[in-house]
Amino acid sequence: METFSQLLQQLYFTSSNNEKSRLLRHYLAQTADPDRGWAIAALAGTLKFEFFKRNAVKNLMLERVDPDLFAMSYDYVGEMSETVAHLWPDATTNIELPGLAELIDQFRQANREQVKALLVHYLSGMTAEQRWSLLKLGTRGLRVGLSARSVKRILAEYGDVPISEIETLWHALRPPYRELFDWLEGRAEKPDIAGAVTYHPVMLSHPLPEDKARQLSVEDWQVEYKYDGIRVQLVMTEQGKALFSRTGDDISESFPDVLAGIDEHGVIDGELLVINNGKIESFNALQQRLNRKKPSKKLIAERPAGIVVYDLLTDNHENITPLPLTLRRQRLINWLSRAASNHLLISPLLSVASSEQLQQTYAKAAEDPGVEGLMLKRKESPYQPGRPSGQWYKWKREALHLDAVIMYAQRGHGKRSSFYSDFTFGVWQDDTLLPIGKAYSGFTDEELKKLDNWVRRNAVGRFGPVREVKKELVVEVAFDAIHPSSRHKSGVALRFPRFHRIRWDKPASEADTLANARALIIE
Amino acid sequence: MQADKWLQPRDNGLYCVAADCYIDPTAPVNRALITHGHADHAIGGHHSVIATAPTIAIMRTRYGEDMAETVEALDYGHTIELGDPDDPVSCTFYPAGHILGSAQILLCYRGTRVVISGDYKRQPDPTCPPFTAINCDVFITEATFALPVFKHPPIEQECEKLLQSLARFPERCHLVGVYALGKCQRMILGLRALGYHQPIYLHGAQRRLCDLYEEHGINLGQLIDVTDVADKSELAGEIVLAPPSALSDRWSRSLPEVRKAMASGWMQIRARAHQRQVELPLIVSDHSDWQALLDTIAEVNPGEVWITHGREDALLHQLTTQGVRARALSLIGYDEDATD
Repeated sequence: METFSQLLQQLYFTSSNNEKSRLLRHYLAQTADPDRGWAIAALAGTLKFEFFKRNAVKNLMLERVDPDLFAMSYDYVGEMSETVAHLWPDATTNIELPGLAELIDQFRQANREQVKALLVHYLSGMTAEQRWSLLKLGTRGLRVGLSARSVKRILAEYGDVPISEIETLWHALRPPYRELFDWLEGRAEKPDIAGAVTYHPVMLSHPLPEDKARQLSVEDWQVEYKYDGIRVQLVMTEQGKALFSRTGDDISESFPDVLAGIDEHGVIDGELLVINNGKIESFNALQQRLNRKKPSKKLIAERPAGIVVYDLLTDNHENITPLPLTLRRQRLINWLSRAASNHLLISPLLSVASSEQLQQTYAKAAEDPGVEGLMLKRKESPYQPGRPSGQWYKWKREALHLDAVIMYAQRGHGKRSSFYSDFTFGVWQDDTLLPIGKAYSGFTDEELKKLDNWVRRNAVGRFGPVREVKKELVVEVAFDAIHPSSRHKSGVALRFPRFHRIRWDKPASEADTLANARALIIE
Repeated sequence: MQADKWLQPRDNGLYCVAADCYIDPTAPVNRALITHGHADHAIGGHHSVIATAPTIAIMRTRYGEDMAETVEALDYGHTIELGDPDDPVSCTFYPAGHILGSAQILLCYRGTRVVISGDYKRQPDPTCPPFTAINCDVFITEATFALPVFKHPPIEQECEKLLQSLARFPERCHLVGVYALGKCQRMILGLRALGYHQPIYLHGAQRRLCDLYEEHGINLGQLIDVTDVADKSELAGEIVLAPPSALSDRWSRSLPEVRKAMASGWMQIRARAHQRQVELPLIVSDHSDWQALLDTIAEVNPGEVWITHGREDALLHQLTTQGVRARALSLIGYDEDATD
């Protein structure tokens, strides 16, 4: 536990990704099984249980400190684990701590009363940093600036294997990942995961390069709509079934309606959407389902979820990813007819006989709120995880634009750490600017330097790390769509906003209004 | 005579009616008693200033030779009389252990003794004599770190952290944010005490006060200005001390693979360190932590405690719970972040 706590402290305060990787690989090399496997689980968020509740920690603390002083301290520090870590009375001598695996085991075995005693025992024998680590670990609130994806990348670097192989295995393995380390360190074969209900890495598309559309020989390409939902994977084997998000998270509990009544085995790739009596609704409708971990019956009835299916990776037991797309589609059609679920719709093919027709289809797609453009897939393409070139293209609807005024700026991270690179911008409602979004991309390095300089010269206020700036600089912001939103004061939310042009020349008073923004909402 | 009859908080700071003078005023006044040289306690432009000789030297360094019309240097333990010669206020300075020249001010009027402690700490500091507990009726204390979460570790431990990081990342320039007065010199001495005798590099803003400390007989070892280093890549694996504002500034972009550190009592709070994007937080403070405040008040054992700048609420609550008579003075203008 001592070394794990040290690792957490180092990771927490390190901003460079390379440095983080170095720290974690060093730890993995120096630490034995099963401790290191549990460390990976804690960092990647695959530790599936809490040792104790936040409230139990708070109550133990209140037995040791004046409640008013606790409240004032908590108010100042702003975070429970850290407040308790500092407030807990220091030991005269620190006790020797067990390894991470044993510590986790002790908490897992303990009943509620025993958990309290254990917690008091350890908190009283630890340093403040160790207390913080234990509290964060035990409430599964560990955030040290390392995403699950980064953990996998670092594991791939550690074993010198492609990250895709880690991704393929990942969801079939469980902490403490002994068989993973055995393989990464060359002592064993790659773990066998056939038949496991696990997420398979997906095939991704490239944006369609400009003018490419006119050069394509349309007969080689399968054309479909690009749906504005979220990419999901439905996995069904004799061991069970699950719905996964694109990050590999199991989201089955949030979408019981989709999974119900499907018994056919296989792995399908598609887009999750709200589908009401065969009609696809907007992303905004889906958003209401995405926000709920466990949806109510009422919500399920009002916003039934479904999948627009476009590919089949495994047909029953058979891995069919090497087959060309057209053959996979035949298998998919058969599979869907066997599955016979009204929550699964096939993504229809758009018949396109000529280049002109392709342009017309694209123009039509732009007016449909349920889709965000077209997908062009080479008919011969096998299903290759990752983003192979020249196989699949997304041809998104043209971006929308607004002239907005920069209101706040914040410094970036890593390479951009001394530059103001994250910007909040707003549009006018009468004489007031209302923030409508944040953007941190779309400018060149040269423009970033100019922006940074401008922020420094025009800052008027400070809220922690955020600088308020003079409301003078206009940027033309590009975004994919705009939706009504009750979470923002302006009442609108942008999808993927980014800088398009910086309008150094344009007076702020001539920027767009909220009414202009609302007019871009497609109902 | 009751202290609050002749010593009162005013807009410009604490005012002594009986001696017609302010203590650490935040705007120019006719007569000022200054506890120490930090910019939120000592400003330029007063008509007359009474302070210790080092504090006067610090003020001259910062605000020029003409920082006040008249100055009077008062040694620790010496007493002068102020106000009406027939009904005087006697004034004596005692060490506060905060920075070079820092003083507590004892004012005594018609038999009532008030100690204005200014900022103070109880940890050892080789740049100034240690805080002395003075018997008094009213003890006026700061409350900068007056929350039980604040525990300042010994400076050796934090300097050791810096040296360990230097050994671990020998290719990275260790840029340490330190306030130019007090913290800077204390960090240098902390490193020297651990046997670190390499040159330490200075941002331009640190130089004058380091020279002043040297003039007061405090040997800081070899210090080199960063501007005198032609090839900045030579600063890999070296320690550079700079004002906190320079940490994220363009200035630091010329340094090789900067590892940002900051020496401040605030670094104990993770969010504070994160906001400044500090990779190596060093908890070094020239103030008293929670326990030191309580211990000091117990040791001084005054009839009454007045609490000035910082987290007055928590200290007031604690003292009241303990049965100590206490009140919060609402003094404004002391920047909680400026000097630690």
